[in-house]
Amino acid sequence: MDKRFFQNLAAIGRRELASYFGSPIAYVFIVIFLVLCGFFTFNVSNFYEAGQADLRAFFEWHPWLFLFLVSAVAMRLWADERKTGTIELLLTLPVTMTEAILGKYLAAWIFIGIALLLTFPMVLTVVYLGSPDLGAIFVSYLGSFLLGGSYLAIGSMTSAATKNQVIAFILSVVIGLFLVLAGWPPVTNVLAGWAPAFILDVVSGFSVMTHYSSVQRGVLDLRDLLYYFSLIFFMLFSTGVILHARRAN
Amino acid sequence: MIEAKNLSKYFGRNKVVDSVAFTVKKGEILGFLGPNAAGKSTTMRMLTGYLPASSGHALIGGFDVAERGLDARRLLGYLPENAPVYQDMTVTGFLDFVARIRGFSGAEKAKALERTVERCFLQDVRQQAVGTLSKGFKQRVCFAQAILHDPPYLVLDEPTDGLDPNQKYEVRTMIREMGGEKAIILSTHILEEVDAVCTRAIVINKGKVVADDTPAGLRAKSSLNGAVTVAAEASADQLAKSLKGISGVSRVEVLDADGGKARVRAYPMPDADGFMDRVVRELSAQSFPVLGVNRETGRLDEVFRKITQSR
Repeated sequence: MDKRFFQNLAAIGRRELASYFGSPIAYVFIVIFLVLCGFFTFNVSNFYEAGQADLRAFFEWHPWLFLFLVSAVAMRLWADERKTGTIELLLTLPVTMTEAILGKYLAAWIFIGIALLLTFPMVLTVVYLGSPDLGAIFVSYLGSFLLGGSYLAIGSMTSAATKNQVIAFILSVVIGLFLVLAGWPPVTNVLAGWAPAFILDVVSGFSVMTHYSSVQRGVLDLRDLLYYFSLIFFMLFSTGVILHARRAN
Repeated sequence: MIEAKNLSKYFGRNKVVDSVAFTVKKGEILGFLGPNAAGKSTTMRMLTGYLPASSGHALIGGFDVAERGLDARRLLGYLPENAPVYQDMTVTGFLDFVARIRGFSGAEKAKALERTVERCFLQDVRQQAVGTLSKGFKQRVCFAQAILHDPPYLVLDEPTDGLDPNQKYEVRTMIREMGGEKAIILSTHILEEVDAVCTRAIVINKGKVVADDTPAGLRAKSSLNGAVTVAAEASADQLAKSLKGISGVSRVEVLDADGGKARVRAYPMPDADGFMDRVVRELSAQSFPVLGVNRETGRLDEVFRKITQSR
């Protein structure tokens, strides 16, 4: 962890971010994300009719929106590098695999963070309408950011596995969907009928939903943090293993 | 020094590179020749540490690329095959990224960028997106990336591929200029390139080194080397007969004959000294007018075909 590590991380991250904003991808993503957020919050969840000055109607859609949108951002992380051959350029520069994977990943995560920050009018709306618990909203944002980071790490792994961005996208959505559904009441209810409680706990413990909803209650539990960070670490580590292995052919 | 120590590479059960060994010292420009799929790119990828070798070692400046990869890569400039570049960046943006990775900053970085842009003739396209550039410019942008930090070692995979003759000339000039103080390996399947820039050439076929020599040494392996071609105002028979009489001639070949003119080539026996002199004396003793006498040097393409097809 010397100075070079952070310099390389910053250089790779800068390049990645610059390429998002240098192409239409960034703007398309942000616009679609904001429009869908608004649509689901106001038109589907009936934010106004609920008559509560909180953002539950807003945050409850994020696991579903991110499932597709974050996968779309992540799909090009490595698949594109591999397809255009720039991966050979990047990995023969004096950077370590860790720097390359982390640099690209963090840039994409920062980008998701920027998109999230741009939803600030939602916060202004509830502040205007009532007196919301701003601490809880902050924690919810943090939870949403961690959720985005988890999907992104999954996408990084699937993107490393293939040259084809469409395949990377689909794999990433499927894995994400599994992690969402594992804790979804319709699924847990099926299990609850016959399976012992500990199996139910293990299955739903895998789910991002279990951890996401606990954070949405405004409580940041160490277990939830541990879950997100171990998921991210595992997926990024797998990215490294896959890149190492696939380089050989 | 760039050293390949018995590098081998298997893809599955397929042995693509088979115990390739050589060293390149500073001041040398090594041409890496071979037919397509001979294992040139694979060898270069192992030298740069991109592909792990199945067995053997690659060393750049004494650092093993597998064990001391970072140290090795700091000393190395690499132009990969097909010159990959980040399409959506500008030329300056791309080079700036590479400069940061190479540890440049501030005024030093600006200086390195300026020097490289000038050296690779990229002044006119600085602010253009790399994706919009022609193949020749892309190649030069990627080349610029390789020499930005003025590395002592260069590995160039087909540096003139896809360039027009003028651009080829420019790139070769650049390589030759740098050759004095660097150790350079370049792969190519263009034989004239070897003559134009290389001080040494290695021919690789089916993963094995089949020749390692200077360009002149390679050319000497040609059967044409030392042959004398004579054009004269005489019948082909007459000319051929007079050439056959010369001592040291192994065979005579009529190239073309039309009207009263003929072109005939005489091949010397191996180690026939003073062959040209004897041909000239013989011809001056003849009564027909001689139009031209030409001593052939070997042709690389012939040698190349001979050593890459016979096995």
